[in-house]
Amino acid sequence: MMIADGIEDEEKWLAEGIAGIQHNAFYLHRAVDSNNLREALKYSAQLLSELRTSRLSPHKYYELYMRAFDELRRLEMFFKDEERHGCSVLDLYELVQHAGNVLPRLYLLCTVGSVYIKSKEAPAKDVLKDLVEMCRSVQHPIRGLFLRSYLAQISRDKLPDIGSEYEGDGDTVMDAVDFVLQNFTEMNKLWVRMQHQGPIRVKEKLDKERSELRDLVGKNLHVLSQIEGVDLEIYKDTVLPRVLEQVVNCKDELAQHYLMDCIIQVFPDEYHLQTLETLLGAFPQLQPAVDIKTVLSQLMDRLSNYAASSAEVLPEFLQVEAFAKLSNAIGKVIEAQVEMPVVGAISLYVSLLTFALRVHSDRLDYVDQVLGACVKKLSGSPKLEDNKATKQVVALLTAPLEKYNDIDTALTLSNYPHVMDHLDAGTNKIMAMVLIQSIMKYNTCVSTAEKVDVLFELIKGLIKDIDGTLADELDEEDFKEEQNSVARLVHMLYNDDPEEMLQIICTVRKHIMAGGPKRLPFTVPPLVFSALKLVRRLQGLDGEVAGEEVPATPRKIFQLLNQIIEALSNVPSPELALRLYLQCAEAANDCDLEPVAYEFFTQAFVLYEEEVADSKAQVTSIHLIIGTLQRMNAFGVENRDTLTHKATGYSAKLLKKPDQCRAVYACSHLFWVDDQDGIKDGERVLLCLKRSLRIANAAQQMANVTRGTGGPVTLFVEILNKYLYFFEKGNPQVTSAAIQDLIELIKTEMQSDTATPDPASDAFFACTLRYIEFQKQKGGAMGEKYDSVRI
Amino acid sequence: MVLVLAIGDLHVPYRAPDLPAKFKSMLVPGKIQHIICTGNLCIKEVHDYLKNLCPSLHITRGEYDEDAQYPETKTLTIGQFKLGLCHGHQVVPWGDLDSLAMLQRQLDVDILVTGHTHQFKAYKHEAGVVINPGSATGAYSSITYDVNPSFVLMDIDGLRVVVYVYELIDGEVKVDKIDFKKTGTATSHSAH
Repeated sequence: MMIADGIEDEEKWLAEGIAGIQHNAFYLHRAVDSNNLREALKYSAQLLSELRTSRLSPHKYYELYMRAFDELRRLEMFFKDEERHGCSVLDLYELVQHAGNVLPRLYLLCTVGSVYIKSKEAPAKDVLKDLVEMCRSVQHPIRGLFLRSYLAQISRDKLPDIGSEYEGDGDTVMDAVDFVLQNFTEMNKLWVRMQHQGPIRVKEKLDKERSELRDLVGKNLHVLSQIEGVDLEIYKDTVLPRVLEQVVNCKDELAQHYLMDCIIQVFPDEYHLQTLETLLGAFPQLQPAVDIKTVLSQLMDRLSNYAASSAEVLPEFLQVEAFAKLSNAIGKVIEAQVEMPVVGAISLYVSLLTFALRVHSDRLDYVDQVLGACVKKLSGSPKLEDNKATKQVVALLTAPLEKYNDIDTALTLSNYPHVMDHLDAGTNKIMAMVLIQSIMKYNTCVSTAEKVDVLFELIKGLIKDIDGTLADELDEEDFKEEQNSVARLVHMLYNDDPEEMLQIICTVRKHIMAGGPKRLPFTVPPLVFSALKLVRRLQGLDGEVAGEEVPATPRKIFQLLNQIIEALSNVPSPELALRLYLQCAEAANDCDLEPVAYEFFTQAFVLYEEEVADSKAQVTSIHLIIGTLQRMNAFGVENRDTLTHKATGYSAKLLKKPDQCRAVYACSHLFWVDDQDGIKDGERVLLCLKRSLRIANAAQQMANVTRGTGGPVTLFVEILNKYLYFFEKGNPQVTSAAIQDLIELIKTEMQSDTATPDPASDAFFACTLRYIEFQKQKGGAMGEKYDSVRI
Repeated sequence: MVLVLAIGDLHVPYRAPDLPAKFKSMLVPGKIQHIICTGNLCIKEVHDYLKNLCPSLHITRGEYDEDAQYPETKTLTIGQFKLGLCHGHQVVPWGDLDSLAMLQRQLDVDILVTGHTHQFKAYKHEAGVVINPGSATGAYSSITYDVNPSFVLMDIDGLRVVVYVYELIDGEVKVDKIDFKKTGTATSHSAH
């Protein structure tokens, strides 16, 4: 209620003030029009008396002031025209001082002063000095601020600057500087004092009111920056020290923040660079509540942009040791402001790091230094729980990655891992993912075992369970995503040199083995294939150089592979392990290492026997075994026999008859390899085919018994096709008579009473017959072969 | 004119990190009407990527696929053509043309698409056309040395199918094409 009343009252008072001004203005204009100086002075003084009010807030006072200001402009024009009022400017200057109250007196004095300076009857510096001192009589904050603001406004174009028409003899630039500095200092004092004056108000309201007036104070700095005569010397020796003195001594946090900001914005970056030490020296002296990091960040941003603007300025940065100074300053600030929360300190380091990356991107030692300082700060504080602080640390770690697209650079920063150590487990993993994504995005290759080691240390949160966290706690989708990322990463680790590549593989192995059963199914396969690729590379080269123990040989790698795949037994992951063993067997075969290949097959079979229980999985696995075995050419007769015998045996023992049938006829290919040197054992081929035929028959009978109808004839058609295959290959054991018999059998089965119509098998059979016809039509050797087959 | 993408054996992430960038930039959603995938993606992420390229996605199971529910074989009709799909590890000997022909007869299809060998193939035989799109990522294969990343785009138009094969060789994408025409029940071809 009170506040509402207050606002209403203010409106009333403002309206009254404006009315007062307008009233007096009317008479003033009349006086001026009739060149009546006395009257003009009288009414202008009355008009200005409205500005003596203490009842208005700054916002409202400003409105009143602007009206008075407009009137004073016209009055000034009148004063200037001596012919009209007949009073010399010197006399006028004295005359206005007879005004009754001090505020109107001073406004009038300033106005005349403007005319006085323009007349050049006295040096500008003298008049200005007089005015700035006289204004001291008004100590009320708001009134004083506006008065001095008026002085600043009218004096702005009349400063005795170099090249200005008001430049006098001697060092008048210094006079101009002194004038502005003095006005600034007094205005700042008044501004600060605002908070102590009047009834106790709510802090926010007060701060808001004060903020509204801040530009009045800041304007002076702007004026200083525009003075031509103020060069680096003067700035360094006079302007900056005196401004900073006032900033520090006023001990007001609002003023300090605003003014530091102002200094940085208003003066050229080149100056800041050259006065860096002085400027930075002020920061620790500021009030603890001042948000230094924003100001410092601003400064660093400006300097970064300055550096980016042209390459020529870069040496300057080095010459003034900008980085060192900024680094020290930040250190001092953090030390001095004990209350500063961790997030504040870290964000300062982020700004400094950004600066270093932009200005000194080649100086990795600077980057590392910043990280080191950060580590020190983090070590002294309890474990990070603050979200904002964590975000800042992640920003700190991400910045070098984005700057240098090459992960190698980040890996050489010795403090990088230490910073990561201070992240909580969750964020650590996020950061690890960021690292991996950076590598994937820029398609970079990590090329030495040493670097791989460092990298895997950095991402250890993904590689293994860090104390305290359990893999179970994690969401399954997230976990998969993480591990798939690690899997992808393995493919980015590569070196042309086989020795180094082997070292890389060993390093990766060392790390992933600590991953535990949940992670191994993701991390083992890519490592295995990486190793197999290396084997293939080595195949071309000589295995063992005479006399030298070459570490990287296929044999050694296969030993390693054996151990790696064996780890999957702890998971357990038998199907995966079986596939990988078969891959290795094939690779060993290509290297002509018979015992090694045999060993891998043994492993695969053992897994099949003991671990693969699911019937569907068995079917796939046995086909993989058969498919791989079929391609083996390194085996001697004995070994080959043992393995094919096993394969056929297991094929026949599959659960479902159709599966048995198919696996067994697949085994027929084990005895016939189309190569020049390949095995071509026609008899055993036929044995397999006949066996599968028996199984198909049994399946058919079973169907009749259990369901009353025959099963589909598909199996028979499949077997027929296999007969055709070997018939065409020239297996003497497969005769056209046998084929004929099969065709008849199928036809009989299809036409039987108990047959189940099946369009698929019908189509299959039709296609097969069509094929036979096609082959017959071919003529030549093939046509002859098929001649005796009637369809 | 129906565009069908035949792709497979990506083996992400166990044998390859990702599709080559040049392929990724070529494969944009909205241009392809069907995708037939021979299998061995291997993870859901790849499935989602393909699904995003084209909602009509047909996949058969490879022996390393994470999703064990993909079927062993699949048949579908596109325009005048019957297509069959199978990863190929089930057909022994692997990559053997005559054994694949048997599968084609069994599925009774004009075009059979299989993978597993990571080697691009497109040929015609009595029963029809067999296409192997190879490995889209150039993944390691025990069967084929020096695998170049490849995939196939089929343009089915009436009784004619043009098979475009895209291969990444030494960092450059090379395209080749083969024409097949279906006459009555058999298919004939001309190569370019």
